[in-house]
Amino acid sequence: MNQRSLLKNPYYRSLINKMVFIAIAVSFAPMLVVSGSMLNRFSISHNEKLYAHLGELVLKHRQNIDGFLVEKLNNIRFMAKSFDIEDLKNEKFLRNNLAALQTEYGSVFEDLGFINEEGIQVTYAGPFKLEKASYSNSEWFRKAINSDYFISDVFLGLRGTPHFIITVRLKNNGTPWILRATINFAAFNSLVENLRIGETGFAFILNSKGEFQSKPFFEVTHRKPYSFYESIKAGRKTKDGLFFSEIADDSGSENIYVASLIKNEDWILIYRQDKSDAFADLNQAKEAAIFIIFMGGIVIIVTSFLLSRWMVTKIAKADWEKELMNQQVIETGKLASLGELASGIAHEINNPVAIMVEEAGWVNDLMEDERLVSKENRDEIERALAQIKTQGKRCREITQKLLSFARKTVTSSEDVTINELIKEVIGFCAQRAKFGNVVINSKLQENLPVMQLSNSELQQVLLNLLNNAMDALEGNKGGNITVTSDLEGNEVVIRVEDDGPGIPKVNLGRIFDPFFTTKPVGKGTGLGLSICYGIIKEMGGEITVSSVIDAGTTFHVRLPFKKNN
Amino acid sequence: MYEFNVLLVDDEREFLETLVKRLLKRKIKVTGANNGEEALKIIRETPPDVVVLDVKMQGMDGIQTLREIKKLKPLVEVIMLTGHANLEVAVEGMEMGAFDYLMKPTGVDELLYKLEDAFKRKKIQEQKIKRLEEEETPERG
Repeated sequence: MNQRSLLKNPYYRSLINKMVFIAIAVSFAPMLVVSGSMLNRFSISHNEKLYAHLGELVLKHRQNIDGFLVEKLNNIRFMAKSFDIEDLKNEKFLRNNLAALQTEYGSVFEDLGFINEEGIQVTYAGPFKLEKASYSNSEWFRKAINSDYFISDVFLGLRGTPHFIITVRLKNNGTPWILRATINFAAFNSLVENLRIGETGFAFILNSKGEFQSKPFFEVTHRKPYSFYESIKAGRKTKDGLFFSEIADDSGSENIYVASLIKNEDWILIYRQDKSDAFADLNQAKEAAIFIIFMGGIVIIVTSFLLSRWMVTKIAKADWEKELMNQQVIETGKLASLGELASGIAHEINNPVAIMVEEAGWVNDLMEDERLVSKENRDEIERALAQIKTQGKRCREITQKLLSFARKTVTSSEDVTINELIKEVIGFCAQRAKFGNVVINSKLQENLPVMQLSNSELQQVLLNLLNNAMDALEGNKGGNITVTSDLEGNEVVIRVEDDGPGIPKVNLGRIFDPFFTTKPVGKGTGLGLSICYGIIKEMGGEITVSSVIDAGTTFHVRLPFKKNN
Repeated sequence: MYEFNVLLVDDEREFLETLVKRLLKRKIKVTGANNGEEALKIIRETPPDVVVLDVKMQGMDGIQTLREIKKLKPLVEVIMLTGHANLEVAVEGMEMGAFDYLMKPTGVDELLYKLEDAFKRKKIQEQKIKRLEEEETPERG
């Protein structure tokens, strides 16, 4: 049997599976728990840090934008307070002031206009021809006339380009006037445009209707601007007035929104970034972790499988060897008491049989004098008496065999050359082996010591062992028998080995028992091996057997010799 | 064929009786004894020529009986009768002066030959002794 066929046994297969499962579970569980919790902690802290960073950024820009608007408003308010109505009605004066503002702040201020209460622009300074333009129907005008100062939403207006205006209301003898300045959209837009992070992070401004107040870097399309605005405002709100939310856009990709109200809560500054872009670092870390877990997993699976297989192979081998060892143990005590029993039975049976045979003999004697019996009856009676004699003899043979197992007979010993004896016995068996398709080989150790034994008895033992082996092989349609002689320490060892079907474990422990036989009734007495055992025991030796199913059986005969011989 | 007396000693009564009958039928004067003590009593009163003695008996066993017989009548020949198990005892008996041994169950003819051999030896022994006595007597006379 080799390792492969051992591992085919379902018991060892399930053992491998169990070990693999346990090894994998035990190594995976901590790995997954540790890396999972680490990743979780890391992503939480990364989230917090990212949001804090974005929040700060948005707050800073809110300050910038609010500061910008307040500054521009203050410029205009300062103008309105410092000059008379009459000055402002003067177009040249207005143009001078615009020029002064533009030198101071660049192209932020696009134009200036002075408007009376009917919404008619009385004076105008700027690149467009808007003198006498009427704003009476403009929405911003209605709001501007009702408040001290006003900053409009971005709109196209009369000039057709996006802009917004700052107005300051003046009162002259109860009559309201409005000083108006247009803020260059590009200048304002640059404040928002500068807010760019990563590949997809950008900012824009919406008014309370959800309309854009700045030009977004990427297109932001939402079917319902107002509900978009509302959903931004519905996000998580912090103490600093920041709104955090995550909303999927129309294409389905998740975006992070960080928003803050500006311009007295009229407008909202929104920072948007693609989520996968914002969390690119985290995602990279996640991917690395998954890769490591995956590779580690493969290593664990392969290792646990190989290790389990290796261990189970060892176990299977050990089991197999143990089984072999078990098979060789013979209960010598049991055989000794069986010997006593056998000799007792033999003796007890012997006497009654002797009497029976004697009585038959007596009847035979009497028949000689009998003249009245017919010839037929005489023949029958004589046949019956002869039969009694024959069966009595048969009983005697059995009891004799029993007694030779019990070693109650006297034997003589002589010089025996083991190898010669083996060759002789193989010679006896040659004929039978030929018919049974059995090949008998011998491997004989040279220079074995000459032993002091009963030649005929040892011959009987070997003959018996060879006959048994041939019986086993003939049932198997032929095979090989190897007879080996060897010198091991103080013992000469004779082995009779066959490659037959082997002896089942149940029978192996009993094969030396008297009357134990697997042959059909009448074919064997079951005394052969018992007698062998008795003979070898008497010689001070030992006879053992080892057998493996489907591999063969080996009988070992160990005979001690005296070294000085 | 000489006329001679035989004593059969065996504690198996059935065996003993049958064997006695068979020997009587063969014109041999046979007496049976069931145990050692009985055998010794008969030997003291009417000494036989040959004793057939079973080795294994209740009470006084074959070896003890043999020893006693040899003390009483050294010239009486003894044939040991034995089962297989008592071969050692049979051999021991031979060393103590028994004529031979036989294995049970034994054929009656085999026994007969042994008995004749034993009786012949006894005769030879007796003749030897007689001659010795005759040689001694003239010296006295």
